[in-house]
Amino acid sequence: MGKKVMFYPGCTLKGVAKNLEDSTVESARVLGYDFIELPGWTCCGAVYGLAQDSVKFTIANVRNLIKAQNYGKEIGDNRLIAVCSMCYNNLRRAHIDVMKNKDKLKTLDLFMDEEANYEGNINVLHYLQFLKNDVGFDNIKKMVKKPLKGLKVAPYYGCLLLRPEEISIDDREDPHILEDLLQLLGAEVVDYPLKNECCGSYHTVDKKEIVGERTYKLVSVAKDMGADVIATSCPLCFFNLDKRQEIAKKKHSEFEHMPIVYFTQLMAIAFGLTSQDVLHFDKHYISPEEVLKKWL
Amino acid sequence: MAMKRIGVFICHCGRNIAGTVDVKRVAEEIGKREDVVLSTTYVFMCSQPGQKLIEDSVKKYNLDGVVVANCSPTLHEKTMRNAAARAGLNPYRVEIANIREWAAWPHEDNPEAATRKAIRIINATIEKLKANASLEPIEVPVIRRALVIGGGVAGMQAALDIADSGIETILVEKEPTIGGNMFRLSETFPTLDCPQCILTPKMNDVAGHPNIKLYTYSEVDDVEGFMGNFKVKIKKKATFVDWNKCTGCGECLRVCPAHADSEFDLKMAKRTSIYIANEQAVPLKALIDENSCIRLQFEKKVKEGKIKPKKNVKICSKCADVCEPNAIHFQNNEEIVEEEVGAIIVATGYEVMPAEAFPELGGKYPDVITSLQFERLLAPSGPTAGIPRRPSDGKVPESIAFVHCVGSRDPQNGVPYCSRICCMYTIKQAMLVKHAMHDAAVYDFYIDIRSNGKGYEEFYHRAKEEYGVNFIRGKVSKVYRVGDKYRVQGVDTLTGRIVEVDVDMVVLATAAKGSSTVKEIAKKLRIPYDEWGWLKETHLKLKPLETPVGGVYIAGAAQFIKDITDSVSQGSGAAAKVMALLSKPELEKEPLLAKVDPEICAGCGRCKDQCAYDAITIDPVRHVSVVNEALCEGCGACSANCPTTAIQVVNFKKGQVIRAVDVLAEVF
Repeated sequence: MGKKVMFYPGCTLKGVAKNLEDSTVESARVLGYDFIELPGWTCCGAVYGLAQDSVKFTIANVRNLIKAQNYGKEIGDNRLIAVCSMCYNNLRRAHIDVMKNKDKLKTLDLFMDEEANYEGNINVLHYLQFLKNDVGFDNIKKMVKKPLKGLKVAPYYGCLLLRPEEISIDDREDPHILEDLLQLLGAEVVDYPLKNECCGSYHTVDKKEIVGERTYKLVSVAKDMGADVIATSCPLCFFNLDKRQEIAKKKHSEFEHMPIVYFTQLMAIAFGLTSQDVLHFDKHYISPEEVLKKWL
Repeated sequence: MAMKRIGVFICHCGRNIAGTVDVKRVAEEIGKREDVVLSTTYVFMCSQPGQKLIEDSVKKYNLDGVVVANCSPTLHEKTMRNAAARAGLNPYRVEIANIREWAAWPHEDNPEAATRKAIRIINATIEKLKANASLEPIEVPVIRRALVIGGGVAGMQAALDIADSGIETILVEKEPTIGGNMFRLSETFPTLDCPQCILTPKMNDVAGHPNIKLYTYSEVDDVEGFMGNFKVKIKKKATFVDWNKCTGCGECLRVCPAHADSEFDLKMAKRTSIYIANEQAVPLKALIDENSCIRLQFEKKVKEGKIKPKKNVKICSKCADVCEPNAIHFQNNEEIVEEEVGAIIVATGYEVMPAEAFPELGGKYPDVITSLQFERLLAPSGPTAGIPRRPSDGKVPESIAFVHCVGSRDPQNGVPYCSRICCMYTIKQAMLVKHAMHDAAVYDFYIDIRSNGKGYEEFYHRAKEEYGVNFIRGKVSKVYRVGDKYRVQGVDTLTGRIVEVDVDMVVLATAAKGSSTVKEIAKKLRIPYDEWGWLKETHLKLKPLETPVGGVYIAGAAQFIKDITDSVSQGSGAAAKVMALLSKPELEKEPLLAKVDPEICAGCGRCKDQCAYDAITIDPVRHVSVVNEALCEGCGACSANCPTTAIQVVNFKKGQVIRAVDVLAEVF
């Protein structure tokens, strides 16, 4: 049994992003941590949490934070790990928001009269931050069994890990935490200047063409830089860059496909966890199997 | 002798005071006092008739003290004191009761309270006034010499103007040559003058002026003293060459095998380890850079015990071997010299943020450089002889993008202000590129073009219409390398479209900040500066050249980034201030200073410890505190800490202050 730490999966990881959930939990297990799903977690608000500055949209997250507060006391650990960029962004912002605006917190506490009040001591972390600061990159390096030597990876952050600045996990204009991790795993990191560009986000619902164009550009430039795969931590970025290659290819015949992976999948592979129960390549539109077969 | 014939003048300040405070009632109430012989009101006491009222009243009623109840003493204390003095009353028998900022303005909603408070403030002021002594200004001798810190165009102009008036001037410059940033420029907007042509005459005038003493490659080490009497220590940094012998022939440069980045060319070129700052340097003298010289590094390591030299080992001395006048001695000749001056001008100029501070705009790539670096590539005297070449491979670029406002107007990534000169120099650089390479594609990304100077807007239109520069209104979000090119990704806000251009080179107009050395100098001079390294003037509009420290002035870009025209104007302006200060043999100083009663003083030294101006010493024989009147600023810190009230500020004595407080503290 590893050390117990609270884990917030979020809705996507329970469905289309099973590959992200399992590779996260299993890679953490290798590092000696037992990621316990936060009991009774609810929606992070997804896009609505970003939409407006309103008390209503903070409720779901503060409720999650209160649940973490309760369970955290039980296991004696106040860290709440999220790996989905959107969940991390919403939870962390909600925490900062209510800490800054005590009146808002008071309103929320009054509204949620059945729950305990939020005391403000939950430390929301993205998995990358946890890996770097809590686990320590040196300890990760020790667990690498199959270094990803020769694999050229374009690191892709998207927007949710970096903006707004108060929740940014690294320098918001020139982050390198993901690069540092990938290098540890033995991969060759290419200079990917578009690493914090927009993927098109929810335009994917009603303006697929916009996202198709974004994908065309993001993947083409990664290709120009010599990348074999793009690594991300955001299920929405993943979906857009992966699935919308279909539109990109239709519109630009010279377009070449590139597989998109979660950085946690690469970590799992480097740790020797190559079972499809962990990697779930069936969840990918462009399968990474061919590119990664050397290490599988 | 307490005053018995006091006149009180209550100002309406238009409606500022009279709109809230019932001035008639105040005058009546104050008029009831036995020691007041006149209590009256007037609409504007600071006006000519208002001042005349004081003058006439002093004579008519034979007043022995005056209280003017009006605005803050920082505004009109001097006006009122001068008016009384004209009628023969000692000006220190005039006090101001501030009933505008203290009564009328804060209690606008409660006229009754404001009126009662005004009466109380005036009564308290009368109590203080009654024990005021008549004083005469103190005279301090003046040293008729000036110091200018910084040998850029502003500092040179200031030094030349002061020297021309017959006052000996010391000019200190930290670089091996004078000329400053202006000497790095290719051509200047909007006239396209070449700085090497228009600045060298000035530089030579400075070097040859009989009244200017020039210290280059030197820094101000320490400043002591006060207005009219500063003692300055100047550190002459080690050159390892005897400048009295060096003829500037340059033979040593030809044989030196070691290299380092050229400071003058801002890393756009290498120089030898023994070097002359540039070909037109003033003074034209060689010096050795300790950090790259093979011999000096070797000697240093031997000294630190890191290397044990073999016997008879021959260490590089190529420069010394070819030096005919035998000027190169490899000895550390750092030296501190002392100078005494009466006034100081700080003209330390500016720096620009480095390109590396903006990795998202490509600052990490070799061919993405700052505008100031690009000036060197455009300068005919520069490392590429005026035809820009890429630092990475020496290729002449066929396309260049210029990016405005890099770090400027951007509090998150740089500074909140507009750096003021970038629009114009970027337009100029775009033009010069077109001069040098007709067919080059030039893209100019701007947010707004700010061309607010004489001939500036016309210059901008020439660039657009005659030179075919592509001006794109919008910010650049990213610059990255694709193959051999740099892709500039931005937005055209006029068409609302994303713009992408692939170019060979990118020039970033990075934000200007105060010189990195300015903070050290400012601390030594006790003058304030802001978080961006700009020196703070006394008043932005009306005292832009003055500082809160008497006798210390600022000029040029040290105060805030400005173009050459404005820098030269400020240099002359500050020089005029210095000339006025040094035109008299003695300076008058306010006599409101600390005084010691030696009968009471026990010489405990508490006052000395509190004094921020080092104005107090303990007389070792009599064992009492002694105040240097020239240094004392009358702040009162000593008095507040004196256990026996032996040291007190004149006209601010304990009894006076307590009486005033008693009146103020009476229950309403």
